Amino acid sequence: MTVINSIKDPVAMTLVVVSQFDATPEQVWEVWEDARKLERWWGPPTFPATFARHDFVVDGQSRYYMTGPNGEQPHGWWRIRTIDKPHRIEFDNGLAGDDGEPMLGVDPMPSSVSFEAVDGGTRMTSVTFFTDVGQMAKMLEMGMQEGTEQAVGQIDALLSS
Amino acid sequence: MSANSFTICAATEERITYNHMVVDKLMDRDVDRVFRALADRTRRDIFERVLVTGLSVSTLADDYDMSFAAVQKHVGVLERASLVTKQRQGREQIVHGNIPTLQRASALLDAYEQIWIQRDQQIAEILGEEGSSK
Repeated sequence: MTVINSIKDPVAMTLVVVSQFDATPEQVWEVWEDARKLERWWGPPTFPATFARHDFVVDGQSRYYMTGPNGEQPHGWWRIRTIDKPHRIEFDNGLAGDDGEPMLGVDPMPSSVSFEAVDGGTRMTSVTFFTDVGQMAKMLEMGMQEGTEQAVGQIDALLSS
Repeated sequence: MSANSFTICAATEERITYNHMVVDKLMDRDVDRVFRALADRTRRDIFERVLVTGLSVSTLADDYDMSFAAVQKHVGVLERASLVTKQRQGREQIVHGNIPTLQRASALLDAYEQIWIQRDQQIAEILGEEGSSK
């Protein structure tokens, strides 16, 4: 099993996902650092990501877009705050407009990912902090899968009825 | 769902169901530290109390070992996140918990968790290919 633990805290609007991989921390680090590897997993299978820019250094920025089944291309960006290879990455992940540049009025999500060598593998802990439900919904619309979208839509319908 | 069951959902001692298996939460120390640093206890406590009943900021402030302004600041953070609403009642501001926001936040976090589960599966595939090519 890849995901071994998760904590969802709706009051703190924080998500923690802990996973374990059968590889060294250096190998797991590579899937973040190498843009060609990163784009193979960042987007859902139906919304593959393309990283047009990936400056994986402190204060470096990334620009990416995802391509949906109907040709839609939502854009996003990262700004790297901390890099401690191969232990920790901290970055902001935000929405971008059609020009690929950061969108004003939507706060980026601070995220941190840490890597720890454990027996026979690497434990990766990713923490995502949200500011409010509006931001969460906007970020989720990006490359959200049909099933997930429906589930959230059903909740909304339930709450507004 | 009652206010109480949401309080339980928000608690850290949670069990998650994944792939039809109930996994006892490993209280990973790192996770615990990050988590506690951010999920401010006073704020959580205020939120849980106003879910049960509306309370004035001054009533809340009486119960914490901190200034009225500090408590007001915590309420402000919750208000900006739409987790509470304030209602003027005479000279008092009554703070109420906003259950729909909590429900919506829970649903959105579930959806976001699914995205991460999928990402992790894709990462495992990439690492697996590398492993087998060696």
